[in-house]
Amino acid sequence: MDSMTEVAEMSAVPAPKAVAELHEAKIRARNISVFYGEKQALFDVNIDIPNNSITALIGPSGCGKSTFLRCMNRMNDVIDGCRVTGSIKVDGDEIYDQGVDPVQLRARVGMVFQKPNPFPKSIFENIAYGPRIHGLASSKADLEEIVVTSLKKAGLFDEVKDRLHEPGTGLSGGQQQRLCIARAISVSPEVILMDEPCSALDPIATAKIEELMDELRQSYCIVIVTHSMQQAARVSQRTAFFHLGVLVEEGETSQIFTNPSDSRTQDYITGRFG
Amino acid sequence: MTDITASTGIRKYDWTSVDNIKRLRKRYRADWILQALGIAAVTTAVLLLGVLILSLVINGSSAFNTTKANLEFYLDAKEIDRNNPNNSNFRKLVNDAFAKYFPEVTSPNERRELARILSSEVRFTLRDYVVANPDKIGKTVAITVPLSDPFDQLYKGIIPARLNALSDPEKKRFDQRLRNRGLVTLIDGKSYAKVNLFIDPAKVKADAIPEGDFKAIVIEGINSLFQERTSSVYAIFDESSADVVKAHVVANPDSIGKMLEGFALPLSPFYDAYNRGETPKIPNPRIGGEKHIEWFERLQNSGLLVSTFSWELFLNADSRFPEQAGLAGALIGSFFALLVCFLVSFPVGIAAALYLEEFAPKNKFTDLIEVNINNLAAVPSVVFGLLGLAVFLGWFGLPRSAPLVGGLVLALMTLPTIIIATRAALKAVPPSIREAALGVGASKHQVIMHHVLPLAMPGILTGTIIGLAQALGETAPLLLIGMNAFITSASTSILEPATALPTQIYSWADSPERGFVARTSAAILVLLGFLVIMNSIAIYLRQRFEKKW
Repeated sequence: MDSMTEVAEMSAVPAPKAVAELHEAKIRARNISVFYGEKQALFDVNIDIPNNSITALIGPSGCGKSTFLRCMNRMNDVIDGCRVTGSIKVDGDEIYDQGVDPVQLRARVGMVFQKPNPFPKSIFENIAYGPRIHGLASSKADLEEIVVTSLKKAGLFDEVKDRLHEPGTGLSGGQQQRLCIARAISVSPEVILMDEPCSALDPIATAKIEELMDELRQSYCIVIVTHSMQQAARVSQRTAFFHLGVLVEEGETSQIFTNPSDSRTQDYITGRFG
Repeated sequence: MTDITASTGIRKYDWTSVDNIKRLRKRYRADWILQALGIAAVTTAVLLLGVLILSLVINGSSAFNTTKANLEFYLDAKEIDRNNPNNSNFRKLVNDAFAKYFPEVTSPNERRELARILSSEVRFTLRDYVVANPDKIGKTVAITVPLSDPFDQLYKGIIPARLNALSDPEKKRFDQRLRNRGLVTLIDGKSYAKVNLFIDPAKVKADAIPEGDFKAIVIEGINSLFQERTSSVYAIFDESSADVVKAHVVANPDSIGKMLEGFALPLSPFYDAYNRGETPKIPNPRIGGEKHIEWFERLQNSGLLVSTFSWELFLNADSRFPEQAGLAGALIGSFFALLVCFLVSFPVGIAAALYLEEFAPKNKFTDLIEVNINNLAAVPSVVFGLLGLAVFLGWFGLPRSAPLVGGLVLALMTLPTIIIATRAALKAVPPSIREAALGVGASKHQVIMHHVLPLAMPGILTGTIIGLAQALGETAPLLLIGMNAFITSASTSILEPATALPTQIYSWADSPERGFVARTSAAILVLLGFLVIMNSIAIYLRQRFEKKW
């Protein structure tokens, strides 16, 4: 608690930096603060996230990067005692407005989780579930089309085309994670949030996912939380560094990793803490 | 044991030191003791369970067989009312048919005694046969009919045909008080006991033929030998004792007013036989007299008796006669009660658990509800019975003894179990599944209905079946709402009076007839069988539908 107030004071001392306004920003977050009960986990986060690119959120454990990620599809709503203040706009639409249905929002802003979490159902059912509950498919053939397209986009189709009706939990870890990505893109989201998607995977599976993310970047706005700075450097175009609930610095990935402007960023990426 | 190397500051331990080896040995010993205690506990439990089951099987196995007689019945057209068979005198038909096997039995009294060998319900068996086969009226038919309980037990060897006439304490008393003191003599092959008799002039008039209360004199003489003043003591001496004394006094009138030292009083036949080294026997009073034994032995020797599997145990309802009493009424009653219990407690329990686990705000009020539900699971079942009595019978005026009320009371009892099991099962669904569903835009209702509930279902079903198994064995609440009714035909609806398995066991255990001892054990075995089946289903469901993730 003490360190938190200290941080709050620290961040309050310098005048809020002018946000680097991106002309073509997909997501605009302003003054986002998150409270878990009494405890504040995020302090006035301001960030613009561009479309058709990968934005990496990095920082030490407990810095609030996952919390911020979950703000963008209102997954924090389901946590008891969690309160979010501030504004996030996706394509100019405020997602914290009264009238916005978080359920529909989550179809627009898909999410992939840290641990592969396919439903204990068949591969086909895993992907068909989202389109089905949102009524996206007009016929059975249409639904099959969506499933196949999603699997192809996730680069999984060739591996599983002969066993679409076998349980998704029978796949390997990397395949399961790509299945989850296919499930997320099956409802045609605009944004895909990825919460450490490779932390449970081996290097080969990780490489495949990274390749896939680079392909998906063409059509989606991707935000990824990662612990691995190498991964952030490899896959992302922009990087945001969080520390103790504060967005310390964000910008072009190359700039953050070669010429950070904040000493804390410098310390983190050179491995002095974290 | 340790020495710190100054240069590095790292402690070095000597793992081979005596202290260390000692500590290791102690650790192994502790492991061994823990294991031994566990094995001992399991062995004890298995042994006790084995003894319980074994005693039930030994006691109950005889109830699975019934002794029957293959008899021929002449369905006399004169006795049977074709239009209304219920009105006919089947008792007479049965008695006539049975008496044919014993031509020498003619007197009505003896024929009535003879009929005691057959079950009292044979006439109903015959009636049902006639109703089912009206074309057989006027013909002779062979039907296998059950014997009555005492003869059934006799055939199975559970009760003896004859009992010892004298009990061990009686023999011991006779030996100590009379024989060991040399007071018993044999005269002409008959046993006598020497008793001092005072021929009290107050009791005996010294006329030409002395008259008086010789019985009182004999009793006084016996009293001087025994402290007890019980009829079993007086029964040691023959009934003719008073007459023997009288004969002596008549022969020796001068003995009036004198003490007859060591007067030989005759012993009663049982003690006489015992004194002569025999074991006196009497016919078992459950069976009747010597005649009954003789009749039964003739029946047995004629090969008419068979022992068959007792379908009656499962197909008949309750009866006053053990040989005809069955579990059908109890099975149907238990089935109806459990059906009502399941239909009420399963949906209500799941709905309550879903609300509490998924929707309820976490505040003082829901905490209170939660604590109370956990407490309800520990409330003694008899309290639920009282509640059912007061509310369902008292306020709502539902029918007494009905499976509907029994089921509702059992549902109250089962609800906490189901709620707790369901909540545990819901909690056990990994949050990643909820997140996955939420992540693709499922609403709360969809997350629960499409994912959480199906995944929790094996756990919920397991809890439900265990709750129902508990309800199946519950007795106290059913007794309080009267579901131990004596029902001789299985009920056909949930509103008719009925009995249930445990209450049937309770009422059978209370019955004095010997046959109910075996039937009680058999009923317990049946109940245990159902419990084992239900628990096996629960285990099967858990293993079959448990998802791995």
